[in-house]
Amino acid sequence: MARRDYLIGKMGISLLTLLFVLLLDFLLFRVLPGDPVRAVIGRNIRISADVQSSLRAQFGLDKPIFLDQFVDTLGQWARGNLGVSWSQRRPVSEILISKLWNTLLLIGLGQLFSIIFGVMLGLLAGWKRKTPFDIGALTFSLIAWATPTFWLGIILLVSGSAWFGLPTGGIVSPANIGKPLHTVLPDLIRHLILPTLTFTILYLGEYMLIMRSSILETLSEDYILTARAKGMSNFQVLMRHGLRNAMLPMVTIIALNLGFTVSGAIYIETVFSYDGLGNLVQTALVKQDYPLLQGAFLLLAVSVIAANMLADFLYTYLDPRVKAN
Amino acid sequence: MNEKPLLRVRGLTTEFVTSEGAVARALEDVSFDVLPGKTVGLVGESGSGKTTTLMALMRLLPASGRITKGKVWFNDTNLLALSEREMRDYRWKSMAIVFQGAMNALNPVMKVGDQIREAILLHDLMDRGAAEKRVRDLLEMVGIAPARRDQYPHQYSGGMRQRAMIAMALACAPDILFADEPTTALDVMIQAQILQLLKEIQRALGLAVVIVTHDLGVVAEVCDEVVVLYGGKVAEYGSVDRIYNHAQHPYTQRLLESFPDINNPSETLASIPGTPPRLTQLPPGCRFEPRCHVKINRCAEVSPPLLEVEPGHYVACILREGKEANFQ
Ligand SMILES: Nc1ncnc2c1ncn2[C@@H]1O[C@H](COP(=O)(O)OP(=O)(O)OP(=O)(O)O)[C@@H](O)[C@H]1O
Ligand code: SF4
Ligand SMILES: [Mg+2]
Repeated sequence: MARRDYLIGKMGISLLTLLFVLLLDFLLFRVLPGDPVRAVIGRNIRISADVQSSLRAQFGLDKPIFLDQFVDTLGQWARGNLGVSWSQRRPVSEILISKLWNTLLLIGLGQLFSIIFGVMLGLLAGWKRKTPFDIGALTFSLIAWATPTFWLGIILLVSGSAWFGLPTGGIVSPANIGKPLHTVLPDLIRHLILPTLTFTILYLGEYMLIMRSSILETLSEDYILTARAKGMSNFQVLMRHGLRNAMLPMVTIIALNLGFTVSGAIYIETVFSYDGLGNLVQTALVKQDYPLLQGAFLLLAVSVIAANMLADFLYTYLDPRVKAN
Repeated sequence: MNEKPLLRVRGLTTEFVTSEGAVARALEDVSFDVLPGKTVGLVGESGSGKTTTLMALMRLLPASGRITKGKVWFNDTNLLALSEREMRDYRWKSMAIVFQGAMNALNPVMKVGDQIREAILLHDLMDRGAAEKRVRDLLEMVGIAPARRDQYPHQYSGGMRQRAMIAMALACAPDILFADEPTTALDVMIQAQILQLLKEIQRALGLAVVIVTHDLGVVAEVCDEVVVLYGGKVAEYGSVDRIYNHAQHPYTQRLLESFPDINNPSETLASIPGTPPRLTQLPPGCRFEPRCHVKINRCAEVSPPLLEVEPGHYVACILREGKEANFQ
């Protein structure tokens, strides 16, 4: 009961946040310089003022920004209509979706590996505290955490291609573009190795450090002593009583990262010429393609909010103490 | 006293390395017996080594502590000579413990019933179905509705958590139950209930109990024998009757004086002037010397051994020296 109320409350907050973000997204691209109609007609200044105003009316731009234009826009967005890209002359939603999968693949793999290895490394380091293993893992993680994304990407790109002959960019080799997925899978994997590795190393350090301090704190709790008194081996105590409690702070961090990780993807996708959202945003910025940027911004904001919701759901599942307070 | 002791603690000595790197001798030469089905009370002021004694007996001292000397005979096995692997078999199956301030002794993210069942399954005592039935029986025995086995610790009140801890401690039918101040964190009404429960369970199961307490009223009510600890050493050890009515050690005498009404268990020990010894800088003589009201010159030089003044009554005080034999 309490748990349901808690989740409903959280959903309410998420909805409010979403509304606010939509408003911001809407306003941001209204206050940027430039008239939308001008942008559509381009340099063709010979179009008469009458036609211009009828165009304005057609796009609803003659109505007051509040509430009519905002509500209109919300309606359009809700139907998946995010406008047309100025630079590509294609619907924004179509462009976003075509890139979304590539990015999800990269982020998904990167997060998966960094979570698995980060948690394992942190768990073992905390458990074997002050041993050479702990000190080694700690040093590695601190360095990995402090390394700039761009720099790490370039180093891995150079060494990976020079020593292992791995591809330097793209998602599949040019010859394989457009072929069915299962035939190009080995090629795809070869292309994914370096960007995924970069991603993994970048997040692994953070996860390891948090997991380590979390497990250290957990291991000093009374119920850990109880578990040992029951006759469990240290390893059993670690896995049965330590891990789940120590994962609690991790869940929040992971979910938040999932939302914000796209910004990390911008660098990595740029370095590896990886055809995903990050690359798209970068191009859109350079070309001042406002509708495309607005759509991308919307997508990112929604994914951050969704990731937060996910964290809340997971948290109530992992920690029965979470209640409406 | 001719029944064979279940547990014989002999010369138990432990040291902690403090954060400053100094060595604190938390226990020195602690000896006592626990007879089957009997209750021993461990009393002494804060820091006298009561918890350390129990932890050492279960070999659960923190990493900074270690046992440097002594023997702990459980029946005919010296627990201190076992490997860690072998020792694990004794934990919970032979000796279980209810911790001091047990409010956080249950895992917050695990159902209470699962935590109890875990102990049973860990020691391979029965199959899952039988273990599940035992969990419910145990909860019932300590006065918790079996249906609440699926609840989490935060859904229990303080008293119920302590009851659940007791149920958990009984899960593997241990021979000895250690209870480290099992009632201090609870309010007075609940304290009395928990104590009553412990007494009933002990009688019903024929359990031996070692109970740590500040409360001499509790000792008088539940214990058969008493070990008085001062600064990590046994000051006096004997039957409840001997300790209450014929205390021989000046410290025990002061303790009893500062606790006039044993029928009023709500009172705790009033303080004796002075402070306990610093375990990192122990005096060469009697540890109670700085606070003792009847000390003689020699007290500051010679550390008094534990002597038997009457059959089964032991005292560590120079004033009782001469006519008696050493503790075996
Ligand atoms: N982990 C530790 N590191 C260093 N010293 C310790 C440690 N644990 C206990 N000690 C010291 O050992 C001595 C005995 O402590 P212990 O906890 O056994 O006392 P106690 O009799 O149980 O006291 P209380 O009534 O407060 O529970 C104390 O002086 C304490 O400072
Ligand atoms: S040995 Fe001396 S100082 Fe110690 S308790 Fe006895 S009389 Fe007091
Ligand atoms: Mg204690």
